Amino acid sequence: MNRAQSPLGQPLDRVDGPLKVRGQARYAAEFDVPGLLYGAVVSSAIARGRVLRIDSAATEALPGVHLVLSHLNRPPIASYDEPYEDADAAEGSPFRPLYNDRVLYSGQPLALVVAETQALARHAASLVHVEYAAESHQTDLQAVREQAHPAPAEVPPPRGDFEVAFNAAAHRVEGEYGTPVEHHNPMEPHASIVQYQPGGELLIHDKTQGVQNCQRYLEQVFGLQDRIRVLSPFVGGAFGSGLRPQYQLPLAVMAALALKASVRVELTRQQMFTFGYRPRSIQQLKLAADGEGRLQAVEHQAIGQTSRFEDFTEHEVEWSGMLYACDHVRLGYRLAPLDVYTPLDMRAPGATIGVYALECAMDELAHEVGIDPLELRLRNYSEINGNQGKRYSSKELRACYRQGAERFGWSRRPAQPRSLREGHELIGMGMATGVWEAMQMPASARACIDADGKLLVTSATADIGTGTYTAMTQIAADAMGLPMADVEFRLGDSSLPQAPLEGGSATVSSVGSAVQRACAGLRQKLLDAAQQSPASPFTGASPDAVEFIGGRMCLKATQHAVELKRIVEVSGALESEAHVEPGEQRQQWATATHSAVFVEVRVDEDLGTVNVSRVVSAIAAGRIVNPKTAGNQIVGGVVWGIGQALQEETLIDHRLGRYMNHNLAEYHIPVNADIPGIEVIFVEEHDSVVNELGSKGVGEIGIVGVAAAVANAIYNATGKRVRDLPITLDKLL
Amino acid sequence: MSENPSAAGAIGTCTITLVLNGEHRRLEVQPWTTLLDLLRDPLGLSGTKKGCDHGQCGACTVLLNGRRINSCLTLAVMHDGAELTTIEGLARGAELHPMQAAFVRHDAFQCGYCTPGQICSAVGLASERCGYSREEIREYMSGNLCRCGAYPNILAAIEEALPAVRGQKQEDAR
Ligand code: FES
Ligand code: FES
Repeated sequence: MNRAQSPLGQPLDRVDGPLKVRGQARYAAEFDVPGLLYGAVVSSAIARGRVLRIDSAATEALPGVHLVLSHLNRPPIASYDEPYEDADAAEGSPFRPLYNDRVLYSGQPLALVVAETQALARHAASLVHVEYAAESHQTDLQAVREQAHPAPAEVPPPRGDFEVAFNAAAHRVEGEYGTPVEHHNPMEPHASIVQYQPGGELLIHDKTQGVQNCQRYLEQVFGLQDRIRVLSPFVGGAFGSGLRPQYQLPLAVMAALALKASVRVELTRQQMFTFGYRPRSIQQLKLAADGEGRLQAVEHQAIGQTSRFEDFTEHEVEWSGMLYACDHVRLGYRLAPLDVYTPLDMRAPGATIGVYALECAMDELAHEVGIDPLELRLRNYSEINGNQGKRYSSKELRACYRQGAERFGWSRRPAQPRSLREGHELIGMGMATGVWEAMQMPASARACIDADGKLLVTSATADIGTGTYTAMTQIAADAMGLPMADVEFRLGDSSLPQAPLEGGSATVSSVGSAVQRACAGLRQKLLDAAQQSPASPFTGASPDAVEFIGGRMCLKATQHAVELKRIVEVSGALESEAHVEPGEQRQQWATATHSAVFVEVRVDEDLGTVNVSRVVSAIAAGRIVNPKTAGNQIVGGVVWGIGQALQEETLIDHRLGRYMNHNLAEYHIPVNADIPGIEVIFVEEHDSVVNELGSKGVGEIGIVGVAAAVANAIYNATGKRVRDLPITLDKLL
Repeated sequence: MSENPSAAGAIGTCTITLVLNGEHRRLEVQPWTTLLDLLRDPLGLSGTKKGCDHGQCGACTVLLNGRRINSCLTLAVMHDGAELTTIEGLARGAELHPMQAAFVRHDAFQCGYCTPGQICSAVGLASERCGYSREEIREYMSGNLCRCGAYPNILAAIEEALPAVRGQKQEDAR
């Protein structure tokens, strides 16, 4: 028999690739709806105060304008906090769009103009005149850092005695690191189309990482139980921006309800800077080591910014208590509220900035002790997560260090900074460790096979470019022994089986496990069905006695086989649904992904420009379902890390409390010319604890540590230690 | 699909003709409608993406008389008689354009939102007198942002497909 190779672990092309390259994948704003009206948002020009008057006479006089919606005339919405609390809500009182006359931040939506074309709506919105009673505001974290309050987060308690150990140690480093506000800026702007159905039901296309999160939010806020279905089959990037329902969604719903018509609201690029973002941070690191470089004491104190209405927290300092072995650790995390919107999880939230500071401090410590930075990491290697006192279920970080260093040629790194040059370019090499959680959430999936032998698997998860469609198809094809072409995976529909938010690198682990389990249930049903026919060779066979391969079910002992479609022809379509909770076995273990990233930079001595010339990223993330799409995820993370290190920063004019560079020309992200060859290595890592697949997820780990590796390489090249990101040329001159 | 994009109808429209993906079209457009908005909304050719509407991202790249342009930065009325190719016009039926096929093979995208612009831009590059080395391709493709960061794969796909696309163009020109 033809033993078809399992698709698991194969570098297969994306199953949604052809649709995407043909321009046929439809994103939130792109559905053709009869009678569609278009909304344009009027944004606040002040950072704090009240709206006194909204003059929309000129707007309403324009033919083709249907509505100017504001807090004065919106449909009723919930008046308690709870209904607004979505699955990724921060602690506090969530923002309520068009709720009342309060202005909480610059860029806040104050009105929505609905008209017959997008251009008309935009023009009409520009004619709305808002009068304010402005109040004084504060948007500068530096100015209020002393007033920060303890973050409502479970920061691990201190262990050992930091003070004594720090003071007694042979080597000490301390420093303050700063990271700026960054915005997700997916290429697709946030958009929603609310399709008003004849019966008053709403069929909604939204850009989101969680269709059911949006559905629940709308049901609660508008009191519309059982009348809402949210679709999101394609998402043009999100990186966290789609974890919470963004304001264009409730605005579009309000307009649709008010007009009993279908409405689209698409944000402009400028408005993409008027909701969540990565918060600015100020971090203090203190590390001490003995003469051999063994860590004696670690302290990591962080201050983050938040809004006045919610306390946004992320895992920022935890990493310093778990990445290396150390007995004396003190971690702290405080927040300072400002007149800004609440921050939002953004690619590897917390770790991206916290590990940056830790890994730069480790580089400083290596120089202080006088040993190689990689050697310092090896001397402090830990098999346990010190915060939890638990062993890692698997941790092949040593292999990452070894294979990464070898591929990169780390041994050629000059120990002495500023000692390698080519013409006017200074060359430097740096490295850092990366770490991220390996999570699993409760998730469900349904698998259904029809008489043509086609398998349809569904779950209300998302594919934001992460490759969910492809990975789930592979997992299902493997589980059923079917060719990829006979399997279809559907997602992005709130009516499908329950799935968690697509985020935190947990989708393969969570939804993948549910897909596997649903397929196992379906295999059982196929066996049961086969046993129904008289004189079936499968009679009495246990599930272990059969295997599914090449579209058939076979008796292992006799190799007797039957095509799955033959079974279904008789039984009729078969279906199985499964719900999977994170396994109990996880409790006893610490679970994490790790990486070692090596970077070479070239710094122009005269101009201060930094060119990243080489990157090697070695990843330990358990079993990789698809090395092609997973490798792409890691590359994307590295690109983000380079942007974080050298370019990305949203700047506020604190006098106005408003972003100054809220567009893609002035908010710099890497372009093709900025990105060198990036080599990704997946080291072999086996894990039987994280989930049945043994996969840990790869969406976040790629970015973690990259900015530190770049900063450390710049130090190696120039002898300059810049602790404030991004490292722009002015800081190097 | 409506051929009359003037929804409000109150203000005068202009008539233009376009050869759009090989098809002759007569269209009524408002004088302020950008080429991008014409394609996406009334014509339903949403393969051309809007990432910024300000000429800053390249997601809206189309081929106008064979040259790549940002369709958000130009008005539709300015192109009466032009030949326009969008991402929807590249494949020949079931057969992908070599650039499209290379993008799939090299996984030169993640979310896919910048992809039509990248592909049109790369096809446009094939008609230019540049882009003959990796460095040049990276440079001349830098007007097309990819927030997913698929740049190395984009480079690999273009490097592979460019010679074939160039060859095809020369043949077509003969
Ligand atoms: S949409 Fe035209 S360049 Fe961005
Ligand atoms: S593939 Fe997502 S922006 Fe390029």
